[in-house]
Amino acid sequence: MEVCDVKTTTFSRTPFVFRIAQSLDRRAWIALVVAALVAFVLIPLLHLAIPADSIFHLSDYFITLGGKILCYAIVAVALDLIWGFAGILSLGHGLFFALGGYAFGMYLMRQIGRDGSYQSDLPDFMVFLGWKELPWYWYGSDSFLWSVLLVLVVPTLVAFVFGFFAFRSRINGVYFTIITQALTFAAMLLFFRNETGFGGNNGFTDFKRILGFSITSPETRVVLFALSALALMLTLVFVNYLMKSKFGRVLVAIRDAESRVMFLGYNPLWYKLSVWTLSAMLCAIAGALYVPQVGIINPSEMSAANSIEMAVWVAVGGRGTIIGPVIGAGIVNLAKSWFTMSFPQYWLFFLGTLFIVITLFLPDGLVGLWNRLRRMRGGESA
Amino acid sequence: MNFIISHLLSLLLLLVTTSAAAALDPAVLRDLASDDSDKKIAAIGELLASGDKQAEAVLRAMNDNALFVANDRLFYRVDGKALDAATGAAFPDAPDYADSVVVNNRVRGKLQNALAAFQLFNPDRDARLAAAKELQSNIDSSLIPVLKKALTLEIDPQIKKLLVLAHAQAKLHSPDPKERLVAVRTLSESNSAEVKSLLLSLLQKNGDTYAEPDPTVREAALAAIKSIESHLAWGEALSNVFSGLSLGSILLLAALGLAITYGVMGVINMAHGELLMVGAYTTYVVQNIFRTHFPDLADYYVIAAIPVAFVVAALVGMVLERLVIRHLYGRPLDTLLATWGISLILIQAARVLFGPQNVEVRNPDWMSGSIEVLANVVLPWNRVIIIGFAVGVLALVWLLLSKTRLGLYVRAVTQNRSMASCVGVHTGRIDMLAFGLGSGIAGLGGVALSQISNVGPDMGQGYIVDSFMVVVLGGVGQLAGAVWAALGMGILTKLIEGWTGAVIAKILILVFIILFIQKRPQGLFALKGRAVYGGV
Repeated sequence: MEVCDVKTTTFSRTPFVFRIAQSLDRRAWIALVVAALVAFVLIPLLHLAIPADSIFHLSDYFITLGGKILCYAIVAVALDLIWGFAGILSLGHGLFFALGGYAFGMYLMRQIGRDGSYQSDLPDFMVFLGWKELPWYWYGSDSFLWSVLLVLVVPTLVAFVFGFFAFRSRINGVYFTIITQALTFAAMLLFFRNETGFGGNNGFTDFKRILGFSITSPETRVVLFALSALALMLTLVFVNYLMKSKFGRVLVAIRDAESRVMFLGYNPLWYKLSVWTLSAMLCAIAGALYVPQVGIINPSEMSAANSIEMAVWVAVGGRGTIIGPVIGAGIVNLAKSWFTMSFPQYWLFFLGTLFIVITLFLPDGLVGLWNRLRRMRGGESA
Repeated sequence: MNFIISHLLSLLLLLVTTSAAAALDPAVLRDLASDDSDKKIAAIGELLASGDKQAEAVLRAMNDNALFVANDRLFYRVDGKALDAATGAAFPDAPDYADSVVVNNRVRGKLQNALAAFQLFNPDRDARLAAAKELQSNIDSSLIPVLKKALTLEIDPQIKKLLVLAHAQAKLHSPDPKERLVAVRTLSESNSAEVKSLLLSLLQKNGDTYAEPDPTVREAALAAIKSIESHLAWGEALSNVFSGLSLGSILLLAALGLAITYGVMGVINMAHGELLMVGAYTTYVVQNIFRTHFPDLADYYVIAAIPVAFVVAALVGMVLERLVIRHLYGRPLDTLLATWGISLILIQAARVLFGPQNVEVRNPDWMSGSIEVLANVVLPWNRVIIIGFAVGVLALVWLLLSKTRLGLYVRAVTQNRSMASCVGVHTGRIDMLAFGLGSGIAGLGGVALSQISNVGPDMGQGYIVDSFMVVVLGGVGQLAGAVWAALGMGILTKLIEGWTGAVIAKILILVFIILFIQKRPQGLFALKGRAVYGGV
């Protein structure tokens, strides 16, 4: 009895980093090391050191596409956190992604400096609208650190306020889902307006520099790619830890039987609210990494269709699993790039069918399918 | 009575015109052809004052650039014949090439006013009304004598009222302050924004002096402006309420079907907006069939489109229910995703079949045009008819749900599915029929939408959120709730739009709904008892 007590106290005194490290098993460690080697060594080498005419050379297109998919994968993991583990489907995550992108895009716009087509200190679209000075919410946007702070704080705050009101009145199920969709729709309308001060229809584009480095140079691309990979790995490790902790267990319990959890004395509000806010913050980080790599952010990122596509990444990979969303985001987006290049007509047919087939026949996604196949083979050999 | 009076009137007009049927004054005609615009305008005024039929013909020809000068004499061409401007008799030695009388913009304005003034004596009431309306804007003192004459002859009260206003406007610049005062007082009866700005121009300060020197007239003008403003405000409020009703009726048509399917099955059909699109495209196809096969009846294609759209959309809905939605029972979030997939497929199918551009659906003649309630309240017929249509659909749905056996079953399943199943209701069939009904109503909504907005592949996308909001506001499984919510949302949206613009209005409405759900999570009209918890 005494031994047991001692053990738990030492466990809770273990530093956070060690506790996170303990949450990973050996296979996960190996996978992480391999992924790190690929993302931080192999791909940069193939892009920078191998000459462009060699077949081993990775083109700009590949690095950008890869970086984009890594950002989408972070979004998918974030969405899985709230949908797969807490049972709350959000169709508004595009909003948090775009808000993060816009917050960082403001910094990138200011970095253009006087190199815009109007050679003004103000961003081009403001000159075009005849504005004489920056709106108040643009102050400080020339500082990198302030922008990073905005990326972390603004979307999180929006999510917190919205989530607080929604979860407090126990809005859930389809109600919550549709209201998140309405939220991102309303925000899209707002950002479409020129008077909102974020470039209206066209949003932000034509970025030139980031921290003084040219944004299109191969080195910058590789660094952004590696940062996205790092962010994804950290997200995965953290989500894995979180879901194995008591917090994660309570969350899953809320998903499966909310009233029972309430009767046991937990208040689901704070569990839901914190995971919702965390999910929004991860999305915002992904958005901030996405914008410098893709080179544009505009209000269409907030369209309902975008957010709902995020849900299908999670569904394809397998909701409620850690690695599933990453696989789903990768496969769906590779398919999208391939379709939109080869048969743009059929992409929507494919996507629509994917929605139906996954929900009807593969509710656990590809990871679920893999597990089922393995179990079947195991059953035969036994 | 009216008949006799109008005959008397035309007789009188005949007398007026015949009495002046002598040849036009050649000096006036010469001025008409002079190079000086002021002289031209004066000549137009004199011709107008004569009230002569021949003078009207000459001015009309001048407006059509068909008045020519040859050897110091004027002639005009009508239907290829050359006629003498002074008498209207044939003009034999007309040269093939002659200079037409030049009409610049300033002269043309006067000319058109004069032509409108001539129409004031037309025996046809509609022509006189149109002329009187045209004279409401840009009027000047040269028309005073004509207006006076027209006023004495006019018997129609509506036209008379307009003429009084026009007359007052023309007198506004008369040198006599008493006449100006009377004019201003008369104008306070008006409800047009143009008269208001005209009066405002009197109050303008030019250095130390006002445009209007007399202080009593200025005071009267101020009072008149206030009175016009209040008329205008009433009109504006009225048109806001009307456009709110119109939006509400569209929302109702879109939300009614959703309310039924959500009530019965607890699933949100994200393809509901696309069923509206199916209805609208069906209307388009029916229109084209009528154009090619029954061109005589082309104006009535809308009536034929109503049942066809209902059946097509209902069939699409029932197929979806059988193939997809039925298998996702009890998984509302998955249903959401699957039906979104269906909507993507339907949109792309519409793009492939009909092209990505909007297609043209024409209003039939009996639906175009508008009725004027006040000067600034004009109600387009198509919107009025659609409000009526929505009321009709609502009545039918209500009858169906409350008076038929199917309706009884639908209500039973909505309230308590397992109990209904226990007492022998075939819930599977009811699901399919209810889904068909809801989809069919969406199809009807599509017919209505095709008459007032663009028909394109994406047209349904905007409606799903709005119609779901109506369902949320109204409460599940309640027709009355859906009706009040749709109308309330429509009117509220339009009123807020009036002072914030469309985008902010949309956001405010959303915030309002989120706050509303805090207070009443079960909507405006909650079902009583346990049914609410058994549902979703």
